[in-house]
Amino acid sequence: MDGCHQRIPLEGAFRNSSGCAISGIIDRSGKRFTAREAITSISVMHDRSNGLGGGFAGYGIYPEYKDYTALHIFYYSSEAKRACETFLEEHFDLINLSKIPTKKHPAITDVPLIWRYFVTALPTKLSFSQLDEDEYTARCVIRINREIEGAYVFSSGKDMGVFKAVGFPEDVGEFYMLDEYEGYSWTVHGRYPTNTPGWWGGSHPFSLLSYSVVHNGEISSYDANRRYIEMYGYACTLQTDTEVITYMIDYLHRRMGLTLEEVSHVLAAPFWSTIEQKEPKEREEYSYLRNTFASMLITGPFSIILGFKGGLMALNDRLKLRSLVAAEKAGRVYFASEEAAIRVIEPEPDRLWYPSGGKAVIVTLDSMQEGEEHGHQLSVSAL
Amino acid sequence: MGINYLYPPFEIIRNQDRCIACRVCERQCANLVHHYDEDKKRMTADESLCVNCHRCVSLCPTRALKIVKTDHTFKENANWKTEVIEDIYRQAQSGGVLLASMGTPKEYPVYWDKMLINASQVTNPSIDPLREPMETRTYLGKKSAKITRDGEGRIITSTTGQLKLDIPIMFSAMSYGSISYNAHKSLAMAASELGTFYNTGEGGLHKDFYQYGKNTIVQVASGRFGVHPEYLNAGAAIEIKMGQGAKPGIGGHLPGSKIGEDISATRMIPLHADAISPAPHHDIYSIEDLRQLVYALKEATRYTKPVIVKVAAVHNISAIASGIARSGADIIAIDGFRGGTGAAPARIRDNVGIPIELALASVDQRLRQEGIRGNVSLVVGGSIRSSSDVIKAIALGADAVYIATSALVALGCHLCRTCHSGKCNWGIATQNPELVKRLNPEVGSQHLVNLLTAWNHEIKEMMGGMGINSIEALKGNRLMLRGIALHETELKILGIAHAGQ
Repeated sequence: MDGCHQRIPLEGAFRNSSGCAISGIIDRSGKRFTAREAITSISVMHDRSNGLGGGFAGYGIYPEYKDYTALHIFYYSSEAKRACETFLEEHFDLINLSKIPTKKHPAITDVPLIWRYFVTALPTKLSFSQLDEDEYTARCVIRINREIEGAYVFSSGKDMGVFKAVGFPEDVGEFYMLDEYEGYSWTVHGRYPTNTPGWWGGSHPFSLLSYSVVHNGEISSYDANRRYIEMYGYACTLQTDTEVITYMIDYLHRRMGLTLEEVSHVLAAPFWSTIEQKEPKEREEYSYLRNTFASMLITGPFSIILGFKGGLMALNDRLKLRSLVAAEKAGRVYFASEEAAIRVIEPEPDRLWYPSGGKAVIVTLDSMQEGEEHGHQLSVSAL
Repeated sequence: MGINYLYPPFEIIRNQDRCIACRVCERQCANLVHHYDEDKKRMTADESLCVNCHRCVSLCPTRALKIVKTDHTFKENANWKTEVIEDIYRQAQSGGVLLASMGTPKEYPVYWDKMLINASQVTNPSIDPLREPMETRTYLGKKSAKITRDGEGRIITSTTGQLKLDIPIMFSAMSYGSISYNAHKSLAMAASELGTFYNTGEGGLHKDFYQYGKNTIVQVASGRFGVHPEYLNAGAAIEIKMGQGAKPGIGGHLPGSKIGEDISATRMIPLHADAISPAPHHDIYSIEDLRQLVYALKEATRYTKPVIVKVAAVHNISAIASGIARSGADIIAIDGFRGGTGAAPARIRDNVGIPIELALASVDQRLRQEGIRGNVSLVVGGSIRSSSDVIKAIALGADAVYIATSALVALGCHLCRTCHSGKCNWGIATQNPELVKRLNPEVGSQHLVNLLTAWNHEIKEMMGGMGINSIEALKGNRLMLRGIALHETELKILGIAHAGQ
């Protein structure tokens, strides 16, 4: 990204850690709603961000294009756009393309070109690559981000999209006019980076394919995780925790075929002393996962909300060094860094609780078939 | 014999006011330095025999003794230093190869001392190991690359053999023969108590020590001493020794004088016959031959034991390691050139091989570049001297470390570097029964347990400071290290930034 703008080093040129606010909402009935509640929720936690990054992920927002990958791309020059579009045309059928609509906002400045493409892999290229479609798309995204200077794909899922910028998250929501999108789930992130990133790609959520992650924390295992996951074709170009966490989830869930619950047993594996107290079969499984994927254990404080097709997963580090609250009202489930951020949009939840460290809370749409998410899903009420 | 040009390197200072002529020093010294002068009614010493092992100093009840470096000197010369001149005298006299023991004493850079460890401040919390769990358990062995499930969708959890270490430190190979029965027993007992492993070295396993099998790594070296099916199945893992850091490229020689009855039986060689380990394994002239030996050993143990391949750190180590990682081996042990030895040609010890820090950094990086780091675990040795060395090794990418010199020092070794004489006054590197019994295995193992327990406390404190509560999150976590006073090439090889960056 050298020379795109900026006198200070850009995101990716240094390790940037952040404090943050996160929030997430899902309607299990699949009913779609705008991002307004997510905006209201995150604005309560204004002081947990510092105006250097905010963003949203919405699921179910592109029903008319749900079979196509929606690429959201930042461009810092028209040359970058040309180079990237040439690449896209060589690899995908472009079904539709347009600027992402935005509204001028006094607090959102230095705006790059922001484009959206609905695409599908070129059948000949795809079959020649001997990859499945997801892997093909993921590799193309990683390649653009690594090789095309001034272009950055920040969203690449189906029927979902990430919207992010440098600014406070509530302003980012207005900037992208998120009142005009409806989805069955939303996550949102407000960032408090300890360095000045000044680059939109560095804001969160971080996303690959239909996975998106919002994260609060600073993980101490970062370089152990990064150096391990980079063996499998991922390039951690941003040097942020969220990026490496997203890649690990993609690897474990999509490529290794673990269930999300199993993924949580890797990322936030229980202590050996806890594992030893489990029933023999469970003990074996936990030990196996922890040992096999030892380098993907995350230490240090984190709370994340993972968005995926048809659901959300919230997960805390094993010691619960970051706050994370969950609540439930009728068919809706809420997650946030602070209770106030839930109460402001749902003053009287049926149930409100603080998930234990290392215990994933996985919520899926009622319509999802048993086993669609590789089975083993816990219903919220069983937690 | 002409004139002896060599002046003794040490002087024995005896405070005659304190000396009570109890003659302990005389009885304790296997080098026969001290004797009682009947005429003068006092103790005297022949310092030319002294190796500066401190046995007499430590046992003198009135603290009447100390050993100092002589100030006798040649005309000063930065190029022709004392030891250079003296080595020439020695070789001019003997016509032989200079022998030496333990790790090289030469002033090479110690990269452990040029790396600094990180700690958390403000943005994430440090963790107090006295209040929160702090995990140092490590598994060594191949990690499965694929998840397989049974008919009910449950993960199939079988793995090839894994070594479970409660602390990421093992005792590395020292053969029965190079060290004493009591030294071996101390290591075996300590490994059992600590939940880690000791290594038989290439001298077979004494029948008394089969009981420590589950904490034993049995070694197969080029001499194949003491190797038979029961031996292979007695331990928890098998190590193929291809090389040793102190003497890469050469074999070993245990003189017949050390091959007493027990050692002869354990090694399965005739009494008082020299035990000569060839430089190469004569069935391994290439990497594909290594693969055959790895699988021969796996067959012999029905695929229940992980196989370690130990190599010396040499120039091309990352390519060698990459070959080993594809040979079926589960663990690669790399021995750096500062590692110890019971006897080696001094020129080889002091000049052949590379430092373990650089070897480790480049091997770990190469295996990751090739996507095969998960195929093997990495164990490194060759002068790990403290808990901070352990932390730095793991942060560079090691799964665990091997220690030997540190362990011997815990047993009382004073690093006098004359193991090859066989007259170790501390009962460690000797087969003389009178000397061996000076090392009490109960006391020895307690010292080893104390040492590693102390190191483990320190490791936990440093991990907690970094906000890391499991050792696996430290492995290869090079952001936790910074270089100090290193130039760019060194930093690049180590894969770390400079302090302040």
